[in-house]
Amino acid sequence: MAMKLHELTIHKACGLLAQKEISSQELTRAVLSRIEAVEDRVGAYISVFEEEAMARAKRADREISKGHIRPLTGIPLSIKDLICTKGLKTTCGSKILENFIPPYDATLIEKLKGAGAVILGKTNMDEFAMGSSTENSGLKLTRNPWDLTCIPGGSSGGSAASVAADMCLGSFGSDTGGSIRQPASHCGIIGMKPTYGRVSRFGLVAFASSLDQIGPISKDVTDCSLLMNAVSGYDLRDSTSVQAAVPDFTACLQHGLKGLKIGIPEQYHSSGGLDPDVSASVENALKVLEGLGAECVGVSLPHTDYVVAVYYVIASCEASSNLARYDGVRFGFRDEGQTDLIQMYRQTRSRGFGEEVQRRIIIGTYALSAGYYDAYYGKASQVRTLIGQDFNNAFNTCDVLISPVASTPAFKIGEKVDDPLTMYLSDVFTLAANLAGIPGMSVPCGFSAGGLPIGLQIMGKHFNEELLLKVAYNFEQASDFHKKRPVL
Amino acid sequence: MKITDDEVIHVANLARLDLDEASLKKFSSQIGKILEYIDTLNRVDTAGVVSTSHAISLVNAFREDRIQEHLDRDQALSNAPEKEEGSVVVPKVVG
Repeated sequence: MAMKLHELTIHKACGLLAQKEISSQELTRAVLSRIEAVEDRVGAYISVFEEEAMARAKRADREISKGHIRPLTGIPLSIKDLICTKGLKTTCGSKILENFIPPYDATLIEKLKGAGAVILGKTNMDEFAMGSSTENSGLKLTRNPWDLTCIPGGSSGGSAASVAADMCLGSFGSDTGGSIRQPASHCGIIGMKPTYGRVSRFGLVAFASSLDQIGPISKDVTDCSLLMNAVSGYDLRDSTSVQAAVPDFTACLQHGLKGLKIGIPEQYHSSGGLDPDVSASVENALKVLEGLGAECVGVSLPHTDYVVAVYYVIASCEASSNLARYDGVRFGFRDEGQTDLIQMYRQTRSRGFGEEVQRRIIIGTYALSAGYYDAYYGKASQVRTLIGQDFNNAFNTCDVLISPVASTPAFKIGEKVDDPLTMYLSDVFTLAANLAGIPGMSVPCGFSAGGLPIGLQIMGKHFNEELLLKVAYNFEQASDFHKKRPVL
Repeated sequence: MKITDDEVIHVANLARLDLDEASLKKFSSQIGKILEYIDTLNRVDTAGVVSTSHAISLVNAFREDRIQEHLDRDQALSNAPEKEEGSVVVPKVVG
């Protein structure tokens, strides 16, 4: 067959599987071969579970032969390495969990297995999801498939690179401050951070619990809808998951945006440091959407200047608390040979955690320590309320908000590693959605002069993922950006 | 400087981290800059503003108190760096 199976989208592969033109074993084998061929250059995976994947593909083929096929039956997916897979290593990109083998599956994994999906392996990430470039991984380096000298974005950089380089048909990552949307933008694919509470986080290694959300990364919008259908919904085991009705996310993939009001946050577009190619691509996308019947209105998010500061206080505080569990006692790395308990904790944590994780633990511990709590955590939690109100007010006059995902295309590997504050500031457009708990999505909307992908961010009201998907779908149908693939 | 070396050492101790001289210098300077940046929050008038701890406000998530299957002891201990007779082994705690 002339068609390269690893290049298929999920919905196309599903059609071919249903017509028995291909088998899941052929498809999975093709994707595993693709991984073998390009992994040296891309570095997307921490673990590849070849045997388990082929066994699940075989099982899927049996199901299909009996006429039982659902949208993800026999579809090979990758998973960010902070979502627990029973019996299969889950490292969180950290030396402290390098050999951790979870005794249970995350709800997400249970759901994907139940849907018949094939799990290929676990993807690289910034250690404990702390970073915007995947350079903070304690285990390996991931490169951008479009330009191997550039970062893939982060923290779900391995997941995004694996989708962009056709090393899987789709992936799941996590997004605490942009960690799905920003790498999707840098790798020229679709990424969605659902509403906080939409997807169960049981079995997701916690970073900042009031911000973390699991979401899909895919080759096109239809695939994003299919992945959302498979994993959304309330879970008794995640007390922050929300009992909201789950729609069929493919039902909203309809043509026509007549009457849609797009809010353009004035603060985002007047912010300095916006790359001219990014700015031009976003402007062009807005014209395309207007051509489809949408209307653009100016809106104000007055507390935008404080988003980065609020985020880094809250995320670091929550991280310092969540990461206290890594003490070398019950699981994970232990510094051997210590005879004193406190010394064992200290050596375990100092040797097990990388630099960025230690830096954030220190910031968080400082901000929560006696005498500083009100000035930092207390203050940030209040400003967070104002940031949420900004969005509520904006959504009184518009249906969705549109902005860039990142102010520049992917930067060079090593360019920002020694300057954490600059790295933090590069996330200004994505952080607010996590603080407000609203859904956000990245859709390819152009390329830089240097040939790097640029993403458009669409944000909406709580539990209104359908409208984001509809806008993204209409834009995708009217553009070709998602059809261009990196050459490896 | 926004944060002194001694404060960083104190906080690192609270967080059970052991910093060498080079990391200490680097962290003091970087964290100092980050904290100065965070101080921009003081420009915001937050008098009377309630705090947000969760973006989606949920009331207590209660569940039935029913006996369910859980990890057995061997599974729970399967990742322990050192174990003996169904327990985790740690360095001596009481002197």
